[in-house]
Amino acid sequence: MSIIAENIKYVYSEGTPFVTVALDNVNMTVEKGDFLGIIGHTGSGKSTLIQLFNGLEMPAEGKIIVDGVSVGEDKKKLKNIRQTVGLVFQYPEYQLFEETVAKDVAFGPLNLNLSQDEINSRVKEALELVGFDYNKIKDLSPFDLSGGQKRRVAIAGVLAMKPDYLILDEPTAGLDPAGRNELFSQIKKLHGKGNFTVVLVSHSMEDIAKLVNKVIVLYKGKIHMKGTPKEIYSQSEELKRIGLGVPQIAEIVLELNKRGFNIKNDIINVEEATAEILKEIRRRKNV
Amino acid sequence: MEDNIIKIENVKFKYGKEDNKYAVDGVSLNIKKGQFTAIIGHNGSGKSTLAKLINSILLPTEGKIFVKGMDTSDDSKLWDIRQTAGMVFQNPDNQLVATIVEEDIAFGPENQGVEPSEIRKRVDAALNTVGMYEYRRRPPHLLSGGQKQRIAIAGILALNSDCIILDEPTAMLDPSGRVEVMETLKKLNKIGKTIVLITHYMDEAVQADRVVVMDKGNIRLDGTPKEVFSNLDAIKKFGLDVPQVTELAQVLIKEGVDLPSDIIYVKELVDLLCQ
Repeated sequence: MSIIAENIKYVYSEGTPFVTVALDNVNMTVEKGDFLGIIGHTGSGKSTLIQLFNGLEMPAEGKIIVDGVSVGEDKKKLKNIRQTVGLVFQYPEYQLFEETVAKDVAFGPLNLNLSQDEINSRVKEALELVGFDYNKIKDLSPFDLSGGQKRRVAIAGVLAMKPDYLILDEPTAGLDPAGRNELFSQIKKLHGKGNFTVVLVSHSMEDIAKLVNKVIVLYKGKIHMKGTPKEIYSQSEELKRIGLGVPQIAEIVLELNKRGFNIKNDIINVEEATAEILKEIRRRKNV
Repeated sequence: MEDNIIKIENVKFKYGKEDNKYAVDGVSLNIKKGQFTAIIGHNGSGKSTLAKLINSILLPTEGKIFVKGMDTSDDSKLWDIRQTAGMVFQNPDNQLVATIVEEDIAFGPENQGVEPSEIRKRVDAALNTVGMYEYRRRPPHLLSGGQKQRIAIAGILALNSDCIILDEPTAMLDPSGRVEVMETLKKLNKIGKTIVLITHYMDEAVQADRVVVMDKGNIRLDGTPKEVFSNLDAIKKFGLDVPQVTELAQVLIKEGVDLPSDIIYVKELVDLLCQ
């Protein structure tokens, strides 16, 4: 079970002077159970790519195959694919519209011909998954919530569809650090539950480093790098060249090494950095 | 000349008449001319509401706000206030109005009836200041996020605003776009503009002269970045974070490394460790 992108090409504004190749020769696989991060500069094609994953956009060339089914080949199957691949857009809170939180989350499942009991239990489960107390939140108006709470309600709306793949486009843009940590710990928990697959598009190198087990770097519509967070973030010069960065902790290690420290260059979290720096300081004292 | 360009006097604000909760609950804050202030706080702490109050988009339920001596609840001063304190919002796509960059920047001064020759001068100067002159004939929607935000900032510069208030201007930007915007803000601050930056990024807040921490509609901490971020426990209590470098320094101190407790810059820590 996987999402496979085969030789994808996507072109915007074809036939106008503004014609832009947004994606070119993209080949990749999201395996079931992956926690995949996609990074890239603004306009690198990240959002286009994930919209291809559930058939919102169709490639000009190439194929997207979700669990063995080629997206778009059979229009009737699109509905299934969109349920399998749940997509949370940037600023999903702008899509909230119902009178109460519970009604808003129920909107998707209501269109699936489910029994009222099943819908209620899905709504409850989805709201709890994103960290809410169901009884406290269900009757509130979504518009009375804070930005971070609205965001979580919107994500619950997608989770209530029980997708196998959850794709999040910049889910924490505009959230405060606590909201960010809260949302990510919920997503991490979700991912920990068996066969759930998460694809995270983010500009936060710190978040990507903390969460994912695979990273894809897009640059000008092409896959520029692939690897584990450690493999990717040890190449800080290259990342900067293409408009990205490294987590601040990797920056510190890089600077220390420039000044004569001898620390592994693939450090991406504070714990590892502490251990390495202490080792180096002790080594220096003993010399 | 008044030293404080923004004076906030015991301001309370609630959105609905029946609301029993104040979004801003008794804030007093003075901002000096030429100061670069960062306001941080969790979602719903009242930061954005406060920004909108300064800009007279919202009016205080109680208390007074003065922008360059003008009362924000004085209707006749509305346009002067907004010209003095211009605002940049989070989403660059929601604030550009024209189809060509230079026309977008001219939009503000045109509405004020500024002479065309003067508009030309201001637009060119603003574009140069934000480093976007060569893009003046491009359509804004084909620019990157960081470039769009710089255009939005240029639009305020063209109004000859003394003060720029930015509500999370980098939330949607990639790392290089964030750097572009921060560099632009520091440059503007150097030429004397007062900057009020609302942000969730601690690495941006440490670049300001002053950091104000809001929680539950009120100001909880106020000081230099060093004073504020060395207060690790308080920062975490208010749902915020410290830069990774501060976190690392604190752990090293616990492990017995001799370091000061107020490290907030990468260079600082590297210099100290390499001594």
